[in-house]
Amino acid sequence: MNVFLAQLLNGLDKGGAYALIALGLTLVFGTLGVVNFAHGALFMLGCFCAVTFRYLITLETVTVDPEKLSPWGAPVEVRTPLVQSWFGDFGAVLVDYSVPISILLAIPTMLIIGIAMERGIIKHFYKRTHAEQILVTFGLAIVLQEIVRSFFGANPVPQPIPTDLRGAADIGVWFGMAPHVLTYPWWRLIYLLFSGLVIGAVFAFLQFTTFGMVVRAGMADRETVGLMGIDIDRRFTIVFGLAAVVAGVAGVMYTPLLAPNYHLGMDFLVLSFVVVVVGGMGSLPGAVAAGFLLGILQSFASMTEVKSLIPGIDQVIIYLVAVIILLVRPRGLMGRRGIMES
Amino acid sequence: MFSLSRKDLVALVVFAAVVLTMPVWLAPLGASYPGLMQKFAIYAIFAIGFNILFGLTGYLSFGHAAFIGVGSYTAVWSFKLLTMDIVPAMVFAIITTGAFALVIGYFSLRRTGIYFSILTLAFAQMCYSLAYSVLTPITNGETGLLLARDDPRYLDAMFGAQANVAGLPQPTLLGNSVTGYTGFYLCAAILIIAFYVSQKIFASPFGMALRGIKSNQTRMNYTGFNTKPYMLAAFVISGMFAGLAGGLLSITDPLAGAERMKWTESGNVVLMTILGGVGTLFGPVIGAWLIKYFENIFSAINTNMLNSFFSFLPDGVQSFVVTVLSKFVGEGWHLTLGLMFVLIVVFLPGGLVEGFQRLMARLKRRKAAPDSATSVQPAE
Repeated sequence: MNVFLAQLLNGLDKGGAYALIALGLTLVFGTLGVVNFAHGALFMLGCFCAVTFRYLITLETVTVDPEKLSPWGAPVEVRTPLVQSWFGDFGAVLVDYSVPISILLAIPTMLIIGIAMERGIIKHFYKRTHAEQILVTFGLAIVLQEIVRSFFGANPVPQPIPTDLRGAADIGVWFGMAPHVLTYPWWRLIYLLFSGLVIGAVFAFLQFTTFGMVVRAGMADRETVGLMGIDIDRRFTIVFGLAAVVAGVAGVMYTPLLAPNYHLGMDFLVLSFVVVVVGGMGSLPGAVAAGFLLGILQSFASMTEVKSLIPGIDQVIIYLVAVIILLVRPRGLMGRRGIMES
Repeated sequence: MFSLSRKDLVALVVFAAVVLTMPVWLAPLGASYPGLMQKFAIYAIFAIGFNILFGLTGYLSFGHAAFIGVGSYTAVWSFKLLTMDIVPAMVFAIITTGAFALVIGYFSLRRTGIYFSILTLAFAQMCYSLAYSVLTPITNGETGLLLARDDPRYLDAMFGAQANVAGLPQPTLLGNSVTGYTGFYLCAAILIIAFYVSQKIFASPFGMALRGIKSNQTRMNYTGFNTKPYMLAAFVISGMFAGLAGGLLSITDPLAGAERMKWTESGNVVLMTILGGVGTLFGPVIGAWLIKYFENIFSAINTNMLNSFFSFLPDGVQSFVVTVLSKFVGEGWHLTLGLMFVLIVVFLPGGLVEGFQRLMARLKRRKAAPDSATSVQPAE
């Protein structure tokens, strides 16, 4: 039972990442009708927002301290991050919490990148075929990832978890179990809560604001909304920006769990497309549910018991699920009847 | 049965001449060494095959790299188990890939559009991950499948060929070595045959049916035409071309690795086809050559070469230009590739062939314009 719970929890944080990426993909597909193969690259750009922020905040002055000597007799270089010398202890906290704080950098950056991408290229592709949309966004993804590589190199850049949040939470105790039976790393727990929060925020935004209402109306019937004198295109551009932000912040918070490298986006892209398809193209709740579902399935499939039963299942489970869903129920788990069914 | 229309015959002759004279006209471009030209020929075969599916039917497969991988593995296994002769290796590569494509195609073709793309992608990714993990006994995982001196090679052993050769055995064609220019001409000959096959398919009723499916599958179905077997045949043929290309790749270098099956490789062949011109005969070949050429040239350029090239500029400008350009060459050549991809899809969705046709049409119109102006008679 505990093993079961532990695997369930392990799957949830990965599922959270899948759900967030798939949510953005679905938003874009539902509103603009565009199949965005560059969405994984947006996730990757979010990761590198965190990297950039950490780089900026740890810019440091190097002073030579004549008092202290290294074991070889040479003076020791003392490195102080500029922020620390300006703000003292508060600066040190800033450096420590660089990953969550970089969300503040990621939100405007991703919004601008997203809107620029939509206005620059994607808006010309509304009327073209899905194949052409796939191709142009695939090219765009290559461009983005190569730009990142030329700045940050090909190696993964690990990001630290804030000191206070390292270690694992003994969450079994919360549910009345004996201590140390069920533990879960704090950061994963935070990621899970964070993804839940973001998903909730997106849904609330779409459900309870006028803007969201217009967007939902536009998803249902774009033409009519346009005829009512609403500039739906501008709304959809912002939705694209929003999707980029969601992917970006998902990336930022994921950096401590997986050191980002430039092709991370491509790795996540295929998975997140599978998630979208399983959930149902254009269905937001479907994307979220399928994200968590596939995360959990993947985690169960990587248990040794399961692997010994069906070797290699952990590698292919997600694709297998996608193939089965597509063949048996092409509109996905929660897709609307009649939408993208062939 | 083997006849071609006059136009196609001319095209075939021109094509054969261009391919066979490759060592001559590539020399001034700095790419006339056999290894590279062999790659040109192999990837052209791959792209021609892909075009039969994507160009004729409009079904965008994102999983063709899997077929190249399967072809390579099969060929290397044939080298290991049967004989170093390449004829059985190629035959087996084509047959296995065909069977493979039959299975994948049978399932994938139940869906159209983006679902088809994702299904093929999912199948290819499955092959890729399995090749790295569970199938290591067959694929040798990350190391890649290698030849070894003590491989059984039952057929060779039976005929006592190559019993005591020093070092690793080399692939042969009926006892002749296929390295260097022989290898290139072998691939070139196969490329010409592949081109001929694609011409025949384009001109056949089968090809017409495929085009009909592309323009309106529903209408085809309503006219009482069962499109399924046609689609499946196109898929399998195009998979076989990829398998052949994979087999030929393992002749150049008898080492099959799973990285050939990665989905970005599938993206590459899509790019080749698009760049040259989807649905045209020459387009995919031109695209494959251009991309392999640029890959080879651009990735070889380094900062020193750029510096010497731009040495005529003032110092500040020079360093600026070199810094900017160095992002696009060498390691960063993929950036150029991606940009090219985006630009082509945005501005020239028909590829270079369409661009060329448009240019010709414009020139013709300009030439025709004065004539028509003079020939207009005032209406009395």
